[in-house]
Amino acid sequence: MLQSRMNRRHLLNRAVLIASTGAAIIGIIMLFWILGDVAIRGMSVMNWDFFTALPAPPGEEESSGLANAIVGTLLMTVTAALIAIPIGLMTGIYLAEFGKTNLFGRLIRSLSDILVSAPSIVVGVFVYLVMVKTMGHFSGWAGAVSLAILMLPVVIRTTEEMLNLVPGEMRESALALGAPYWHMMVHVVLRSAKNGMITGIMLSVARVAGETAPLLFTAMNSPYWMESMNEPMANLTVTLFNYAMSPYDDWQQLAWGAAFLITVSVLVVTIMIRLLLAGRSKH
Amino acid sequence: MNQKEEKSEVKIKVRDLNFYYGDKQALFGNTLDIMANKVTAFIGPSGCGKSTHIRCYNRMFSLYKGHRSEGEILFDGWNIVDPEVPELELRKRVGMIFQKPTPFPMTVYDNIAYGLKLHGSYSKSELDGRVEKALQDGALWNEVKDCLHKPGTALSGGQQQRLCIARAVAAQPEVILMDEPCSALDPIATAKIEELIDELKKDYTIVIVTHSMQQAARVSDTTAFFYMGKLIEHGPTHDMFTKPKNQQTEDYITGRFG
Amino acid sequence: MSIAKNKKSGLTGDRVFRLLTSGFAAFIAVLFVVMIGVLWHESQPSIDKFGFSFLTSTDWNPVTNQYGALIAIVGTLLTTLVAMLIALPISLGIALFLAEIAPYWMRGPVGTAVELLAAIPSIVYGMWGLFVIVPMMSDWIDPWLFEYLSWIPLFSTPPMGIGILTAGIVLALMIIPFIASITRDVFLMCPQNLKESAYGLGATTWEVVRDVMIPYGIKGIVGAVFLGLGRALGETMAVTFVIGNAYHLSWSLLAPGNSIASTLANEFTEADGEMYTSSLIELGLVLFLITFIVLSFAQLWLASGNKKRGG
Repeated sequence: MLQSRMNRRHLLNRAVLIASTGAAIIGIIMLFWILGDVAIRGMSVMNWDFFTALPAPPGEEESSGLANAIVGTLLMTVTAALIAIPIGLMTGIYLAEFGKTNLFGRLIRSLSDILVSAPSIVVGVFVYLVMVKTMGHFSGWAGAVSLAILMLPVVIRTTEEMLNLVPGEMRESALALGAPYWHMMVHVVLRSAKNGMITGIMLSVARVAGETAPLLFTAMNSPYWMESMNEPMANLTVTLFNYAMSPYDDWQQLAWGAAFLITVSVLVVTIMIRLLLAGRSKH
Repeated sequence: MNQKEEKSEVKIKVRDLNFYYGDKQALFGNTLDIMANKVTAFIGPSGCGKSTHIRCYNRMFSLYKGHRSEGEILFDGWNIVDPEVPELELRKRVGMIFQKPTPFPMTVYDNIAYGLKLHGSYSKSELDGRVEKALQDGALWNEVKDCLHKPGTALSGGQQQRLCIARAVAAQPEVILMDEPCSALDPIATAKIEELIDELKKDYTIVIVTHSMQQAARVSDTTAFFYMGKLIEHGPTHDMFTKPKNQQTEDYITGRFG
Repeated sequence: MSIAKNKKSGLTGDRVFRLLTSGFAAFIAVLFVVMIGVLWHESQPSIDKFGFSFLTSTDWNPVTNQYGALIAIVGTLLTTLVAMLIALPISLGIALFLAEIAPYWMRGPVGTAVELLAAIPSIVYGMWGLFVIVPMMSDWIDPWLFEYLSWIPLFSTPPMGIGILTAGIVLALMIIPFIASITRDVFLMCPQNLKESAYGLGATTWEVVRDVMIPYGIKGIVGAVFLGLGRALGETMAVTFVIGNAYHLSWSLLAPGNSIASTLANEFTEADGEMYTSSLIELGLVLFLITFIVLSFAQLWLASGNKKRGG
């Protein structure tokens, strides 16, 4: 009797282990399948034209590429970072240094958490209402602002966490030498937390580089070279969306190229982050 | 040889010091004198208030909300307890070393220069000279003179602590507070620092908190025994350890508790 | 430059520093209030006209200007439900594999692979879903389901390849790496000696997982699940490619439908007329509310878990 109970337990154990291994195998197969597909279909489009030519109408023989989209995505991502980083850094500093327990600090922290979960398309609608409607046209600025809103909570949270990692004694040592608080913060604490904060920023950039929804109603898309940020701006993700859904083969090809480029960029940034983090922990 | 007859002067007079963490009282009516150019050791079991007491001397507690002190700590015309006392100047004159070595994320040179630049402006050659002197005073010069521009964190634990001492000394304080400076170090590093303390007391007044009675016996001239926030007894180290006046002191020293 | 020269300059610097940082922090509050305010204000026409019935009506007619959110809400909830049902067991399986079962040399590379998968932008999943999953569904899976299981209302509409089920599958693919890597981290945090005590009593691996590791890490696991849930609810691109964009409410998973996010993505730029636009915005507000409720619930659950443990 005891033996049969043992058998049952062993059987159950085996079943679970097999199922779990199966799940892992499915997961790994999926990974290689997706990456493989994107790589194969995307790499075939990677040529000089892809990076330098403007998109041509479907079916034309002339060279076609996504140069403007690449530049557009870069421009908007960088602008978004320039907006989000100062605000996020300062807020993170406030939360870590002054706002640990007080009401204002807790409020801001909660709001930041809510903002993290805001659906990106709703953020896009918001920026549309506030910027595109009032300005009367789509623009790269609006696109950058919507990306910045998505980046903000990530920068805030990682800044706060990294600052909290700096030991209290480090702060006290500087103060004990007679340093004013802000001097200690700038020269000692921020320097200590530098690596971690850079990681946080890179994380947030990786997050928004692949975002499509918020750009749909803010920067939209454009087949031309941009002359300023004050007009609809070409970008990789919306282009991907439009071209992939289109019935044209050559446009779909370009979409795969865009997918490949985006995926590779995001993966490279992610790997760099992990290497940075690993380097720190060795210290 | 001209031997100067030094009359022992009192560097810091503490009178009836009370301290509160919010509503909780942690120090009760501490009264003692810290003598100039001597080493005073604070001993007592964990949590007895010796660190709390020493941190009143440079108003480190003002960092934290709800921490306050009452009473008198008289230092050169100031009452340190008074919140009007200029803190930054106070901290220039009263330096502190912590339990865990805290090299700043900069080069060795910049670490030492940090305190200097806070309180004065110097030419490059002046700065070089002062950094070298501070490192010599901290018994670290020979070990780092060829790698002044390496990060402070690259040094060993004992070297880092001596770096912190050199950094504090560079600002030319009058009093150096040490809060268990050797508890994170190995015996050899500890011995080096104790040697250093013996040298330093010629120019500075030193107050050291230690959980090791042997260390107190080795380095200090005066010892004060704390228990549960009260200063139970203080006096010349030798007398404290051989014929303590108070029963509690004797119990602690002989290891009956703590 | 002497910085600490006198108390006054030090203090002013400190005060300025604190003011500066709290000013930036206040910006977050302002942003939030403005966002909710603007969205609410712009939804007013629709709220005034439809009131509560907005949430229960299946109308969506730009011609007659009658709008109701039910189809989109159901689409959002259904696709998320399907995604979670598929993703949870697979994620748990992967996490378990990485934490306990895999040989040591495998854990690093495979774990990294899963984490990298989580970093891939959702639009790539959506596009891949369109070109790879949809043909699979329309050629093999959907017809099979329709042929054999159409007596179940869940599979009662003709197969098209796109639809709620397909969207749910693509969503699942997207959130699996996310939930799996967080859950794996939770499993790894279980103290070694706790596990060894169980093994030492003669428990099998599964029993150790079921009776020790999962209870120990339940807080983190539930947190991971809720995070994945939040992502799935708000996801636009992975779903828009494959959901079919149809105003059609039915029980069948094989039918095309719409989610709130995909409705917005497809129609917002073309919406003309105040009522149309305002209804779309109200939809967005509803989605924001749904994700907010789900995540607040998660926060509260996690916080109460803390209290119970006394820490």
